Amino acid sequence: MNTTIKFNIDGKIISAEKGQTIVEAAKANGIYIPTLCNFEGLLPKGCCRMCTIKINNRYMTACTTPVADGMEIESNTDEINDIRKGIIELLFVTGNHFCPACEKSGNCELQALAYRYQMMVPRFPFTFPQKGIDASSPKIVKEQNRCIMCKRCIKAIKDEDGKSYFAFNKRGNKLEVILDSKLGKEITDALAKEAMDTCPVGSIIYKELGYAEPIGKRKYDKKPIGSEIEVNEKN
Amino acid sequence: MTKSQSAVKLKLTRKIKTMNKKVIATTSLAGCFGCHMSILDIDERILDLIELVEFNKSPIDDIKKFTKQVDIGIIEGGCCNSENVEVLKYFRENCNILISLGECAIMGGLPALRNGIPIEECLKEAYLDGPTVGLNKEKILPNDDELPMLLDNVFPCHEVVKIDYFLPGCPPHADLIWNALVALITGNEMDLPYEVVKFD
Repeated sequence: MNTTIKFNIDGKIISAEKGQTIVEAAKANGIYIPTLCNFEGLLPKGCCRMCTIKINNRYMTACTTPVADGMEIESNTDEINDIRKGIIELLFVTGNHFCPACEKSGNCELQALAYRYQMMVPRFPFTFPQKGIDASSPKIVKEQNRCIMCKRCIKAIKDEDGKSYFAFNKRGNKLEVILDSKLGKEITDALAKEAMDTCPVGSIIYKELGYAEPIGKRKYDKKPIGSEIEVNEKN
Repeated sequence: MTKSQSAVKLKLTRKIKTMNKKVIATTSLAGCFGCHMSILDIDERILDLIELVEFNKSPIDDIKKFTKQVDIGIIEGGCCNSENVEVLKYFRENCNILISLGECAIMGGLPALRNGIPIEECLKEAYLDGPTVGLNKEKILPNDDELPMLLDNVFPCHEVVKIDYFLPGCPPHADLIWNALVALITGNEMDLPYEVVKFD
């Protein structure tokens, strides 16, 4: 049985393996679909909606939708890009994202997406919610002001028994991701660093190592997020 | 041509030049003057800028009041007190185009870190309870009538008046400021390379 699937993204015919998600298939073909809550090696969740695309004229999330034959996908269009920009702007106004004072600035995926979509100012009013900081762990600072509830840390950072170090707490607009106080005290150095790298924003900060890379040498200083995928296309 | 005639001609050419020049005003509200420093960071291009524009009300030339209607007003910093709001409204009345320059003007910036903390708590920490307020032995909070009133929050400029353009950065890249001014003055589309739009 032939397992190769053919469909098109923005008019470009793409072949993919059965079972791949649209984000994976696009990536393999040098097309970047922006993601935020999606993290390689973890099950996709589809909660941030950054990867919104139009499949046969319906809005879907590219990280959770498996490829299928004959899909007509719109991704890099003015309409879709404006939706994505709107999502970034919403995330900026619903948290307290003070980029100039953030250790993750320059390596932050949210910020990098704002650069890519050239967000000069959010179209929504700032809310300046009141949120706290938990610095009780000897290795990690959990900065709630910057958390975007992507759940990446909850799914990725686990101990040998499979227990998550991070968890959701409270509900509705009071929802927050907290670090388990007992596990947080025992977290290893390597895992703390991994937690910081897993976080797309500056909500999980590894202690005693701020601003390690100078401006100009950080991940998104020179090249936009996703350009490493688009480079493959040219080769 | 006599000496006086040539002097008149010189004056006239100067006048024509000034007539065509765009007029710029700048101010710093709740900011640190870093954005103004970044304007100066355009380096030798400042000589070209002087050919293209003249400055009106601005800390750069220390003109305190608008002497005419201005083409471009550049605002650094957000609004943290009543004076900031007044100055900002004064700029809106006297400028055809207003630009929010830098993170503070766009989203409040570092002064907005106090948003969410009651103003009383802020003042107490700053003047009464903080570890470095030993000299304030009489425990006085600033109360002079001349001092502007603090606002409950620090506000982005576009939540107070209409702002036409936004140039992010802390401080904004000198090339971003230069490209924006050149685009506005020449009427061409703005050149926006990836490296110049940054939030830090």
